[in-house]
Amino acid sequence: MKVRARDAKEVWKEEFESSPARDDGIETSTISGIPLQPLYTAGDRPRREEELPGQFPYTRGIHPSGYRGRLWTMRQFSGFATAEETNRRYKYLLANGQTGLSVAFDMPTLMGQDSDAPTSRGEVGHCGVAIDSLADMETLFDGIPLGDITTSMTINSPAAILLCMYIAVAEKQGVPASKLGGTLQNDILKEFIAQKEFIFPPAPSMRLVVDSIEYCAQEVPKWNTISISGYHIREAGSTAAQELAFTLADGMAYVDACLERGMHIDDFASRLSFFFDAHIDFFEEIAKFRAARRIWARWMRERYGAQQERSWKLRFHTQTAGVSLTAQQPELNIARTAIEALAAVLGGTQSLHTNAMDEVLALPTDRAARIALRTQQLLAYETGAANTIDPLGGSYFVEALTDEMERQAEAYFKRIDEIGGVIPAIEVGFFQKEIADAAFRYQKELELKRRIVVGVNDFTVDEEEPIDILRIDPRLESQQSERVRDVRRKRDQARCTNALQSLSRAAAGTDNLMPYILDAVRAYATEGEIMQAMIEVFGTYTETAVV
Amino acid sequence: MPSTAVRPVRIVVAKVGLDGHDRGVKVVARALRDAGYEVIYTGLRQTPEMVVDAALQEDAQVIGLSIHSGAHMTLFPAVVEELKRRKATDIIVFGGGIIPDDDITALKKRGVEKIFTPGTPLQDIVDWLRKRFPDSPAK
Repeated sequence: MKVRARDAKEVWKEEFESSPARDDGIETSTISGIPLQPLYTAGDRPRREEELPGQFPYTRGIHPSGYRGRLWTMRQFSGFATAEETNRRYKYLLANGQTGLSVAFDMPTLMGQDSDAPTSRGEVGHCGVAIDSLADMETLFDGIPLGDITTSMTINSPAAILLCMYIAVAEKQGVPASKLGGTLQNDILKEFIAQKEFIFPPAPSMRLVVDSIEYCAQEVPKWNTISISGYHIREAGSTAAQELAFTLADGMAYVDACLERGMHIDDFASRLSFFFDAHIDFFEEIAKFRAARRIWARWMRERYGAQQERSWKLRFHTQTAGVSLTAQQPELNIARTAIEALAAVLGGTQSLHTNAMDEVLALPTDRAARIALRTQQLLAYETGAANTIDPLGGSYFVEALTDEMERQAEAYFKRIDEIGGVIPAIEVGFFQKEIADAAFRYQKELELKRRIVVGVNDFTVDEEEPIDILRIDPRLESQQSERVRDVRRKRDQARCTNALQSLSRAAAGTDNLMPYILDAVRAYATEGEIMQAMIEVFGTYTETAVV
Repeated sequence: MPSTAVRPVRIVVAKVGLDGHDRGVKVVARALRDAGYEVIYTGLRQTPEMVVDAALQEDAQVIGLSIHSGAHMTLFPAVVEELKRRKATDIIVFGGGIIPDDDITALKKRGVEKIFTPGTPLQDIVDWLRKRFPDSPAK
């Protein structure tokens, strides 16, 4: 029997090779450049023990029941203009069946600045909501019971401040911190690597991350203290394997930092969460998600000696690839997003954001945001994709690609170790250069039409139909600036000044800074003031630009 | 044979505003360098004043601006205004990023010579510079 099977494959191979091939010059490797066979068979998959969902190493999923037990959380990232307007959008999304909130902050908030700072000009409320103090946060969650929903906050350098604001709003609603559920992005390493929204140098940045993880382990036990993110690494131009490897390497760097603090691995590991991109190369993405779980489980159990199963399980959020969207024929973005979202679902994501078709032009309109959410509902309820756990498990192709992703990631871990770890690799620009090289290679392939983006370098139309986009009222900036000045006028100034001075003193020592930040937040110190109190001690970071 | 005295056009490329999305600016900088131009990349979070300082110090003829945060209507014209203030209006300004069509028209009126939006082939940017500076040596 075996001999006949081999013969059959040889026959196929001969027939394949004698068949005419397309000569359009289009790459047959994955979008990341992994060469692909035209066919995978049993021989491409080394025999391994049967893997099952809910069992180590979780390649097939962390839950024994997959989506039969619970669907993924549909969590649309949203925020723009003022806290009032964003609060209205949240209520609209919740009324339309969204199951969790995800806050997008504007650039000044992300960079720890108040709306009235000179360098905030032109930026207030544009790519997210403007939050300057607890007063804005109270408005943002007005009428939304924080004990009943979970909230994700995409914030990094000032993450500790925004988490304290959330805790303080909950206090005012009468919800204790121990009941709060949600996720803080809080991943500073990928900022140095890819998105570049850093403020402090690496060492104090890592201290703040560990402070928040340590504090939450005690006080906010249901909170995901960090969302270790590959998304931004991928969007900056990395390959899928680089996204996987750099993200997991970052994860291990956080684990190392927490262990150094004296924490026990099983006390914090299960609150670490991940965030990946779902790009357009369907099978490569599914393989990436599967490999991520397998690698993390192995490292947590074998290298770090975690005893509890929940410490081994990699949980992740996914966002479809913003970078795959096109300004040309933007309606096509609905199709792209649906395919990417399906890859995330087949890869076993815990939560998902689907991009709106117009996000390549501006923040989404209500209509575009609804279509994006409906795409997830369609996947969940129409396609049947949620009925069977890891439906591509056992596919010769997907299994082989999963192994290849794992192999490439391990090779990167070795290189990062040789450089001396993640932070030294950041300081010498290793990640930045790898990503820039990959981005440039891809762009060249587009120029040469070895890869096609429909509507961009082929299948174009002469006249693009204009689509409606969301506009931010230019008066908003002065209104928000006035609002923060009003907060400064009305607060108990002595209490606020004391809290900020205590924070500065603590920053110079070794105390966990979370309680000090929380005090400053409660005293209505603004985000910019709290950051400044820490900048005085920590200083700021400038990267050497590598082209 | 072209005279060696003719220097390639110098271009300062800069990220203005607060966002750190530098994929586009780096890809464009490399492509312009490969095309034979002298490219100086300023790095992130440049104020309009810093960009003009860099352009004057480097004796650049062109400033290329990149932004993804939506602050282009404020910051691009601010660079043009700063050039006027410093009497350096011979330096031309172009830009790229997530910029809607209506804004492009408005920016051109305010002195930004050219805007390239997502999906622009790198060759289009090079071709535009070739037309704009036909005497610059190029590869």
